[in-house]
Amino acid sequence: MIPISYYILLSAILFTIGAVCVLIRRNAIIIFMGIELMLNAANLAFVAFANQHQSVSGQIIVFFVIAVAAAEVAVGLALIVTIFRTKRSIDVDQLSSLKG
Amino acid sequence: MTTIDFYAILPLIILVAWASALLLLDLFFTRKIEGLTPILAALGLLITLVISALNPVAGSTAFNGMIEADGFSSYLQILFAGSGIVGIALAYGYLKRMGINRGEYYPLLLYSISGMILMAQAADLIVVFLALELLSIPLYILAGIARPNPASEEAALKYFLLGAFAGGFVVYGVALSFGATGTTSLSGIVAAVDSGLANMPLLLIGAGLILIGLGFKVALVPFHMWTPDVYHGAPTPLTAFMAVGAKAAGFAALLRIFLAALPVLAGNFVPVFWILSALTMFAGNLIAIVQDNIKRMLAYSSIAHAGYIMMAVVAFGQEFVSKDAVASSLFYLLAYAVTNFGAWSVVIALERAEGKGLQLEDYYGLGKKYPVLAAAMLVFMLSFIGVPPTIGFMGKFYLFRTVLEGGYTWLAVIGVLTSILSAYYYLRVVVNMYMREGDPEIAPDRLVQLVSIVGALAVVLLSVFATPLFRWASRAVLNIF
Repeated sequence: MIPISYYILLSAILFTIGAVCVLIRRNAIIIFMGIELMLNAANLAFVAFANQHQSVSGQIIVFFVIAVAAAEVAVGLALIVTIFRTKRSIDVDQLSSLKG
Repeated sequence: MTTIDFYAILPLIILVAWASALLLLDLFFTRKIEGLTPILAALGLLITLVISALNPVAGSTAFNGMIEADGFSSYLQILFAGSGIVGIALAYGYLKRMGINRGEYYPLLLYSISGMILMAQAADLIVVFLALELLSIPLYILAGIARPNPASEEAALKYFLLGAFAGGFVVYGVALSFGATGTTSLSGIVAAVDSGLANMPLLLIGAGLILIGLGFKVALVPFHMWTPDVYHGAPTPLTAFMAVGAKAAGFAALLRIFLAALPVLAGNFVPVFWILSALTMFAGNLIAIVQDNIKRMLAYSSIAHAGYIMMAVVAFGQEFVSKDAVASSLFYLLAYAVTNFGAWSVVIALERAEGKGLQLEDYYGLGKKYPVLAAAMLVFMLSFIGVPPTIGFMGKFYLFRTVLEGGYTWLAVIGVLTSILSAYYYLRVVVNMYMREGDPEIAPDRLVQLVSIVGALAVVLLSVFATPLFRWASRAVLNIF
């Protein structure tokens, strides 16, 4: 049997990849994918910990996180499409009309 | 679901049902009820406010300890519902004037407030996360409601990307806290720590990640980068509402989580809070000085005020002032809400289409042409600085007193120094209004002017009644311990 710590390590690596992806990529969709990766890393951690503690609640939370992530996708993709219609680009570096 | 469960979330049920009904009404009877939607939305908020104030099951927990219906939640719910009503009053004329009168604005606002109301009651990390998303997702849409205005779209996307990023940190923090203790309930986590069963390093990392996520939401330095852009690009009435509602909700979560857990984590987190608070006060006030756009200036001012409220969280680390610390932060949130809505109402009155009328030069000569509005703005600026006799002064007074009693003298010194610093940019607005010649034009929007005048009166009058108000805030915290 694979020890719990391996799962946690994997989820930590996925979370870090997601966070780094948000910070260094400039395409809004890719950034968004990084955020989704962070959420799913948390899901993996939840399931692994739920197994360790023999508690169902960790698995229940995953459903909540999936539902919330779906709601975020709906809103996020709509926003990105709207921006693309006006600017013909989803490069976040070109979103710089607001400055002070 | 027991009766107590039902009554505990009654404000939430009513608000969500009301918002959904309003959304459908607006969809099917767009022509017939145009202009009625905001009034109905305000009515729904009023009902919610009354029920939250009555709080029929005060002091009880519901849903197996996931929801808490105490004085703390009731106080904040009243604040949220009240902010919603003022937010609607500010938006009513503005949306028409700017040609963005879309019916979904008001239902979405109600959904967002329902998230805040849930946040005030959260006693479990899952509920904190759900409430955070419930309040944020409608705000992402609302920030972009002025599409195809590029500034509004840009604000929406930036807010969305950084908000979701912060949400990711919160979820991962919750996951690690769950792993460390085997439970997500706040009282359960404290119990696990007390009994020595918790994996402390894991719990500390988890709490740190939650702090980062919530730090984004309340705009603490160094997690504040999104704030000026989003506040600048979003429709102004929404900015006013976000600055009060979203910030107060973030602090509700911060207070709940870290106050429940602080006695066990105090040694590790108080220095972090200290640094965050000092950095936020300094950076917010310093950068505000160089802003020429009033929306950006007030955005940095809102960052700075988050730093002041954070002082109370620092002081909570000391057992003997902990109650005063929470009470003074609740009081400061109220003081900030009143002052902030007032200041934004003046900004809305002067704003014209296509983002004009937002520069500090546009306030030249306001004092001569519109003396009442200028006097109101003067009162709000003084209250932001913390000059008596305004509610802002009383808020800072209680806050600094608590921090001093807690023994954090240097933090209080930084607070006072940065307040003096902030006088420079707040008084610049006053100088522009009274000592420069100009010909400003204000929108013929009675509701917005009413908010300015009532707000100015409230800022002065509430400072007279500060003691009973503070006592109300103290009573609100009595039963969270």
